Parts: sequence; C-alpha cells; structure tokens
Amino acid sequence: MAALGMTVLDQHTLSLVIWLPVLGGVLVLASGGDRNAPVARKLALGFSLATFVLSLSLYTGFDVSKSSMQFIEHYNWVGALNIYYHLGIDGISMPLILLTSLLTLVVIIAGWEVIQDRVAQYLAAFLIMEGLMIGVFSALDAILFYVFWEAMLIPMFLIIGIWGGPNRVYAAVKFFLYTLLGSLLMLVAIVYLYFATGQSFSILDFHTVPLGYSVQVYLFLAFFAAFAVKVPMFPVHTWLPDAHVEAPTGGSVILAAITLKMGAYGFLRFSIPIAPDAAHHLAGVIIGLSLVAVVYIALVALVQRDMKKLIAYSSISHMGFVTLGLFIFDTQGMEGAIVQMISHGFVSGALFLCVGVLYDRVHSREISSYGGVVNTMPVFAAFFVFFAMANAGLPGTSGFVGEFLVILGSFRTNGWFAVVAGTTLVLGAAYTLWMVKRVVFGPVANDNVKALLDIKGREKVVLATLAACVLALGVFPLPLLEVVHASVENLLQHAAQTKL
Amino acid sequence: MSLATVDIMVVLPEIVISVMACLVLVLDLYLPARFRMQTGFVLTLAILLAATLIILFSSVSDSVVGLNGMVVKDRISDLLKCGICLISAGVFLYSRRYAIERGFWRGEYLVLGLFGVVGMMIMTSANHLLTVYVGVELLALCLYAMVGMQRDSVSASEAAMKLFVLGALASGVLLYGMSLLYGLTGTLMISDISVAVTRFGPPDLPLLLALILVVVGLLFKIGAVPFHMWVPDVYDGAPTSTTLFIAAAPKLAACGMILRLLAEGLEGLFQTWQEMLIAASLFSIVLGNVVAIAQKNIKRMLAYSAISHMGFFLLGILSGTALGYSAALVYILIYGVITLGVFGVILGLSRKGAEANQIEDYKGLNHTHPWLAFLMLLLMFSLAGVPPTIGFYAKLSVLQSVIKADLAWVAVVAVIFAVIGAFYYLRVVKIMYFESPADSGEIQLNCGNSQRLVLSLNALAVVVAMPWIGILVDICNQAVASL
Repeated sequence: MAALGMTVLDQHTLSLVIWLPVLGGVLVLASGGDRNAPVARKLALGFSLATFVLSLSLYTGFDVSKSSMQFIEHYNWVGALNIYYHLGIDGISMPLILLTSLLTLVVIIAGWEVIQDRVAQYLAAFLIMEGLMIGVFSALDAILFYVFWEAMLIPMFLIIGIWGGPNRVYAAVKFFLYTLLGSLLMLVAIVYLYFATGQSFSILDFHTVPLGYSVQVYLFLAFFAAFAVKVPMFPVHTWLPDAHVEAPTGGSVILAAITLKMGAYGFLRFSIPIAPDAAHHLAGVIIGLSLVAVVYIALVALVQRDMKKLIAYSSISHMGFVTLGLFIFDTQGMEGAIVQMISHGFVSGALFLCVGVLYDRVHSREISSYGGVVNTMPVFAAFFVFFAMANAGLPGTSGFVGEFLVILGSFRTNGWFAVVAGTTLVLGAAYTLWMVKRVVFGPVANDNVKALLDIKGREKVVLATLAACVLALGVFPLPLLEVVHASVENLLQHAAQTKL
Repeated sequence: MSLATVDIMVVLPEIVISVMACLVLVLDLYLPARFRMQTGFVLTLAILLAATLIILFSSVSDSVVGLNGMVVKDRISDLLKCGICLISAGVFLYSRRYAIERGFWRGEYLVLGLFGVVGMMIMTSANHLLTVYVGVELLALCLYAMVGMQRDSVSASEAAMKLFVLGALASGVLLYGMSLLYGLTGTLMISDISVAVTRFGPPDLPLLLALILVVVGLLFKIGAVPFHMWVPDVYDGAPTSTTLFIAAAPKLAACGMILRLLAEGLEGLFQTWQEMLIAASLFSIVLGNVVAIAQKNIKRMLAYSAISHMGFFLLGILSGTALGYSAALVYILIYGVITLGVFGVILGLSRKGAEANQIEDYKGLNHTHPWLAFLMLLLMFSLAGVPPTIGFYAKLSVLQSVIKADLAWVAVVAVIFAVIGAFYYLRVVKIMYFESPADSGEIQLNCGNSQRLVLSLNALAVVVAMPWIGILVDICNQAVASL
C-alpha cells in the first residue's frame, strides 16, 4: 500500500500538485457558511501546506543537467482531436510552480483574521486558483494550457469583485474582458497551429513545425495579444492599476507575484520558440515598449498618492525589465529575466502585504494618511524598508541579481538599451524610497498612526518568510540559476535557428 | 403493403410516446383530481425515459430505412432523439411547480409536450421532405398551444399569436421551397434529391430559388438573423416553462433537420448555401451579442443569447465537412444541456406573483442562496464559453472546423463578438455575487428536492463532464460518419 502510494507520488507529482489544492478548494467550499470559518481556515492551511511540501519534491527530484521536459504525464483526453492531458516541466516552469505554491500559502496565512466575510469562498478561490496556475506552468498540451489559463480568470474575477474595494466591480469586469480578448486571439492561433502541425496540440510539436515568415508574424501577434495584456506591457497595462487597487491584499499579491509571470512565461513557452524569426524581427518593437515601460511607468509611479497604485506601477516597470531581458536573446539577459520574475514575485508580494498590514489598521492606502510609522511599528518598519530596498534593486537582495544580469545582457546587445534600462536603478530607488520616507520616517503624523499596533506573530511569520527568500536569492542565486540554465540555453539555441 | 418489423423498429419510440400520450390524456379525464397531476407527471417522465431506453437498446451502426423510405434510423437520429427525450424530461421536471402555481399544469399541457417531442423526433429521422414537414408542423402546433396555455396572460397570448403567424409563414416558405425541389428533381426522397442535385451542375435560377426558400425556412425555425424577430418576443411572453421547452430540445431537432436537408440532400449546392450561412451566422453572432447587452429582462437576454449561439452552431454546419457537422452536433447538445440548466434556475426562483424575470431580481443571490448562485455562475461561464466548462469545448470545436475550412477571418470575427458576449453573462454573475440583495427579499427558492437534485447535477455537469468530453466527441464523429 505504501509502495503504491510512493509510485503514485513519483509518477503523478505534477497532477497531485495541480489537483490537491483544487480538491482542497472544493472541500473548503463545502465546509459551509461563516459559522464554520475556523474549520475552513484550517482546511485551507492544511491543503496549501501539503501542496507546498509536495511541490518541493519537484525541486529535489529535478535533474538540472537536462533541458528536456521532466515529470512528464501523458494521457488521452479527447482522442478524436488529439488533445492530451500532457504535463511536464523544465527549468523555466519549475521555479514558477514553487513560487505559486509558496505564495498561496503566504496569502492564506495573511488573510487569516482579515477576511471575515464569506471566508470559505475566499479561501476556496485562492486554492482553486493555485491549482489552475500550476496547471498553466506545467501544461504541454495547448488546449490544456488554454483551459487552465482561462479558468484562472474566474476565481480572480470573483476575488476582485467580492472582496475588493469600492470600485471593485468596474475593476473586475475590466480585468476579465481585457484578458479574455487577448486569450481568445491566442486560441485562434492555437487552432491554426493545430492544422499547421498536422493535427497536434502538443506545444513541443508547435516548437518544431516550420512556418512561413508572414504566418509567424500573425501567430506572434496573436500570442502577443494574450501575453502582453497579462504581463502587462505598455500600452495595454491600464487594467493592472485598477485591478490592484481594488483587489483585496491577497488578490493583489497573487496578481502581482504570479499572474503577471504567466504572461512572461507565455513568451518563453510559446512566442519565442514557435515564431523565432518573427520574434527576432519584432524584438526591436518589444524592446522599445519595454524601455518605455521601464522609464515612463517609473515616472508615473513617482507621482502616485496611493501606495497600492505606486506598487502596481512599479510592477509594470519591473516587468518591462523582464520582457527586455527575454527579447535581447542573450543567455544572461534571459536568465536575469527569469530571476527577476521570481524576485519580483517575492518583493511585490511582500510590499502588497505590507500595504495590507497598514490598510487593515488604518483603512487608508493614501501615502498622506501616514508618516512616522517607525515610531509605533518598529518591526514592521524594518521589514517595509527592507522590501523597499529590494524593490529598488539594492545589492544583496534578489532584486539586484535580476536587474544586474539583464543590464549586463543588454550591454552586449546594444549599449543604449543598458543605459536606458539603467535609469530604473535611479527611478526605482526614487519612487520606492520616497514613499518609504513619507510613510515610515518622520514624526508621527496623526492620531491614527499614533494608535498603531506593531505586527504580531502571524504577520511576522509571513513577512519573515518572504524576507528570507529575498535575501537568500540575493546572496546566493546559484541554485536558481543552475535550474534555469540548461533550459534557457536550449531555448536560445532553438530560437537562433530559423523556422522558415 | 405490410408493416414489417423493421418499419416498426425504426419508429418504435415515436409510436410508444404517441400511444402513451393518448393514455395520459384519457387518464386525465377519468382520474379523480387529486391523483391527476401526480400520475400524469410520473407517467410523462416514465414515457420519456422509456423512449430513451428503447432508442439505446435498438441503436444501429448503419442507417436503416423504414416505412417505404419515409424515415431513417441512424446514429444521428438515435443521438439526437436521446438528447431530445432526456432534455424534455428535464423540462417537465423543472416546469412542474411553476405550471401548477399558474394553473396550467393540466393533462393537455403534458400531452401537447409529448406530441411536440414526437414532432421533434420525426424531424430528426426524416428521409423524405413530407416527413420533415409533418414533423415541423406537429412540433409547431404543439408549441403554439403551449405558449398560449396561460389564457389569462396578455403577453402569453400575444406571444402565441406572433409565434403562430410567423411560424405559419415560415412553414409556408419551407413548403414552397420543398415543392420547387420536387418540381425540379421529381422526388421527395432526400437521398434521391441529393443525387439529382449533383447532376444539375451549377445551380440555375429555379434551383437557387428553391434553395433560398428552404434555407430561409430553416433559419427561421432556429431563429437566426435575419429571421430572428419572433425569438425575443416569444421567449419573453411565453410562460417560463414553455420558454424552456422551446429553447432547448427543438434546437436539437432543427439541427437534425438541417443536417438532413442541407448536409445530405442539398450537398451538391454546398458552395451556394455556405455563403448564405456565413452571412446568417455572422449577423446572428453580432446582433445577438450586441443587443443582449441592452436587455434588462433575463428571458429576453437569453433569447438574444440563443440567437448568437445559433450563429455559432451554424459555423459548424457551414464548414461543410464531417468535422464541422460533428462540431455542430457537439455544440447543439452542449447548448441544450446548458440552456436546460439556466432556465431550471430561473424556474426554481420563480414563485406565484414573483417571476424571476428581471436580471435585477438576481441581486445578491450569493448572499441568500449561495448554492444556486454557484450553479448559475457555472452555467453563465459555460454560455460565455470560458474554460473549464463544456461551453468552451463547444466553441473550440466549431472554431476549429471553421479554421479548417479556410475561413479564419470568420473565426476571428466570431471570437471578437464572443468577448463582447461575455460581458452580459458576466453582468449576471456580477449582480449575483458583487451586489447586496434587495431589501424586499423578492427572490425565494421554490423548488422540490428532486428538482434541486437534478438541477445541481445538470449544472455541475458543465464542469465535471469536461474530462470525459472526448466520449461525446467520439459519439458525434461516429454519428456524422453515417451521414
């Protein structure tokens, strides 16, 4: 019996990591109304913890020397149309899965006392979303990928719309329709590729099929519509500040830390390997848009009065770095982009949690409502300043590693890219530190701040975990780079060959 | 001329339902009032389930022609008939309490429904133009009466009148087209027409006219633009239980009829009717989705949604390939299941004096009835075609067939308007989940346990069936192969 259990665990780790949280979500949902909230919380914690532990086995069992897919599962789904339940991960997707399972755990702990209304539905939404997001990162069948990709919209839509701020309905509908339009064009592209490959939905077959230049351009643009909205890239970023500001803290964390990465992951898994020639030709445009995001959006962030909006714009600016790193087609640049994705997941998640901590106490996100928080919340202030530094890319934090590698990579491609991208080190520091100065330092601004209580055990655990991750990745990024390296090399080699 | 066993076998389910429907009618006359409602109801469900079983056990792999070639029994007819019987059984189950409260749950209602089912079944297995016409008219006559069943309701009478006048017109047009076809080809047998039409070569004017009239009649029956005008008024005016009856199963029957007439009989004119259907399909998708946004009444909204869904269904037909016909079958079956569920929720929330007709009525449903709200959420996302619901798979399959037919631009237009369509489904979800309930507390659950159980299974199926969707696809592919 135990042996059987171990084989199931070994051969179906990915499936378990996907479906365990979904099952948990259903059970939590079934646990009933708000009277049973403590049960729902414990169930959710148990399931998310189990998922996290299980996902660690993906890391321990991972062979870093291989660039091919690992933990493969392949079953028939719709035989008549060659749709398969096909899962597998490489060095690019594995870290993102770990990030997802860790942050869902964090979000569930962070919402422990904060959410009092419809607790079971809230927790279930996060658990189900966790499974779906992991599904996105591990699907190797395009239809399976699309199902996970789209299904993820539903829980996020509900999270923003039910537990969000005053303008939540507008933000939720905007979020949903923006992403839906992009993804449906991707669906058309997927179906086109199905026929181009001789009736296969396998993403790996998509990678190898030869395609004419103009076809590649159309496909690239269709995928671009889906992924650019998700990343989000300038100029289709406008849904993000709305969604972030209105979403509850947990929703913002997942949105910034993971949902945005799905867009960048899409570029890595679909756009670049499927349409390499088009990607090379259009790289200039994308680099241009990325640099606009890096500089212009950073300037926009500088003038925000709302802390969440500021962090949202900072996210867009940082994701500009990621897309820049991806499209300079340089090993270091691409690895830097992936490190930046993971790092941004920790840092932006942590910053949103910090804002959440303040919001729970004062019920305001305006920077001007605060001042001198360090006097009443010294421990919290230390964390906040630390994460702000990481956001600004201070050496020793994870933020530095990614940005440094991307800048290094872009130097080799074109010095000017590096110069423009480098301004982020100045601007990022400017908007983050200025916000910290106004919120944390100075004399106590008003009675609200005077009455603040410092963070307690639960909040400390959450922030300390993320701080440890940021520091570990900043000081010793080697384990992550090792995992990523073979897959990135493989992808770049593949992308260098023409498919015409 | 004697009636061989094979003849009986081919139309056995229709015979059983017709005979038993008469029994229901007679029992209704003689049973004491207190037994009447129960007996008729149980008997009706039993008849429909029995018919399904008969079809399943007598299913054939090749097509069998019976009654001197008037009717055919093949996999398509078996599949669609099973769908029609099961969906209609669901319709009667959901309608019961609604109709009792409004005083039209009489023997006639059940009998009319059963004869309507027979009409639909004849449509799906017709091999002869007159059989098609008999089926269409049998169904239509039952529907006219069922719409007008609530005699004291002005809107229902108006809807019945509209349906009658326009429906009769459409039947006339269809019949005119059929008579021209007969004049040109000298036969009413669909398989012979197919041969004759192929011999014609490029269509001349009379043949073109016949084709146009037939297509117009068909588009009218499924309610596709530009022959959609009756749909919103009838959906809105008819009692909700009848709306459900019209909205779900007859679409399956129409699908069968379209496959027989266009895909089989007039296959030789594919190029010509493809152009007509492209126009009808895209206009349906555009108009249905855009106008639905403006609706405040959920039944009208669903009517326009039905128009756009018929547009998507036509996408499968107009591909003109086995892949496309199979996709259209998948689409219509899935659409039938979803529609049944949606109206099931509406019926479950309607009480006497408080129809849950307005979208506003669903305000805060998640606060008052979280389970029902959740079911409605699944159904709405399924109508919008969002994964992981089977509604997504339905859309995927038709889009795939259209792209395969080198009509990628049609797919792109359809997709863009599907996004616009997502908006009004989302609005229902938004109202249920993001808003607080109205103070008056208008909405109350009003359905029995069996109804609630079936409704739950019905709505959950749109997600839970997803891993097994391949089975449905296989069945549809096999069915189309027999065409």
